[in-house]
Amino acid sequence: MTGDKKGPGSGKSGAKVVKKTATSESELARRLRKLDAKLDGKTAERREAEKGRPDNAGFAMALRLSTEFVAAILVGAGLGWGVDQLLGIAPWGMIILLLLGFCAGVLNVLRSAGKISDPRAGAAGKEDGPDTD
Amino acid sequence: MANDPIQQFQINKLVPLDFNGVDLSFTNSSLFMVATVVVTSGFLIWSTSGRGLIPSRMQSIAEISYEFIASMLRDAAGVSGMKFFPFVFSLFMFILVANLFGMFPYFFTTTSHLIVTAALALLVFGTVLVVGFMNNGLNFLKLFVPSGVPGILMPLVVAIEVISFIARPISHSVRLFANMLAGHITLKVFAGFIVSLSSFGALGVVGSILPLVMTVAITALEFLVAFLQAYVFAMLTCMYINDALHPTEH
Repeated sequence: MTGDKKGPGSGKSGAKVVKKTATSESELARRLRKLDAKLDGKTAERREAEKGRPDNAGFAMALRLSTEFVAAILVGAGLGWGVDQLLGIAPWGMIILLLLGFCAGVLNVLRSAGKISDPRAGAAGKEDGPDTD
Repeated sequence: MANDPIQQFQINKLVPLDFNGVDLSFTNSSLFMVATVVVTSGFLIWSTSGRGLIPSRMQSIAEISYEFIASMLRDAAGVSGMKFFPFVFSLFMFILVANLFGMFPYFFTTTSHLIVTAALALLVFGTVLVVGFMNNGLNFLKLFVPSGVPGILMPLVVAIEVISFIARPISHSVRLFANMLAGHITLKVFAGFIVSLSSFGALGVVGSILPLVMTVAITALEFLVAFLQAYVFAMLTCMYINDALHPTEH
């Protein structure tokens, strides 16, 4: 902050008292800009520091979402295989149910990420919201 | 090899038993499951035996864990869900203590095996199915029919909802298992770095400070994960039980 205080003094080296109000206006704007830049730098710095920390949240999130996605696809493929075996309509059950499995996987991921509301969030536990896990 | 990160998950038969070709051996995994049950029930029985109006420290811990699960279940499944309290509480305490047991050096982590977590998740899944059909009859199937969907899309949406429902026990069990497995492997790998780095002379010893710091940090993190995964498992169980009790209240 000491650098800021020095700024106006050196800028008004001519000491024109008439122009004082205009100068202080522009001075203020300039100092505001400087402060903004400084704050931006601070936030970026803090963000960098947070990135470096051994953080489990991202890892847990990745694990959670990938499990949700893969589980639904596996179930879709398994059901499709079962339907094919039972009804003897060879590739069709697998094709359709695998695609439905992908849909269910995307739905699960969106639900567990809280991007869309879970209709099953329950009447009793409404205040918990969708992302309770 | 002592540095093998997978070796800690090996199942060893302690008492080989064989019934008509079915292997029922008592393994190290069984031993730690028994130990978990004994420690959990022993602690709870002992700590609540005083029944002081002003609880002792140990009684406070037992009461806090009771309150924790009871309020979680009440929030998620309502008062009618409280008859499942023994079930959810047993699951939570078993997983929590088993996870924390895994944090002791040379101890076996039972929850790092998919078969154990899958059994627990299928228990929850089966309970939800049985209770759902017993309480609501065929109304339970309304769980798969979201309201406000146009008729043409209905078969598609119902199929997707059914698949998403069947996928629950898989993600439920794999989440717990994968977290414990990955955490323990990471810990072992980083600890192994210290040994292998410090064998490179003085510079290696200095360099091995980095993995040492990481190991300490990850150990703390693992304690957090041990609790968090038990909590998540219990929380999801509560939500599934809510589905079984109130399938139509969307």
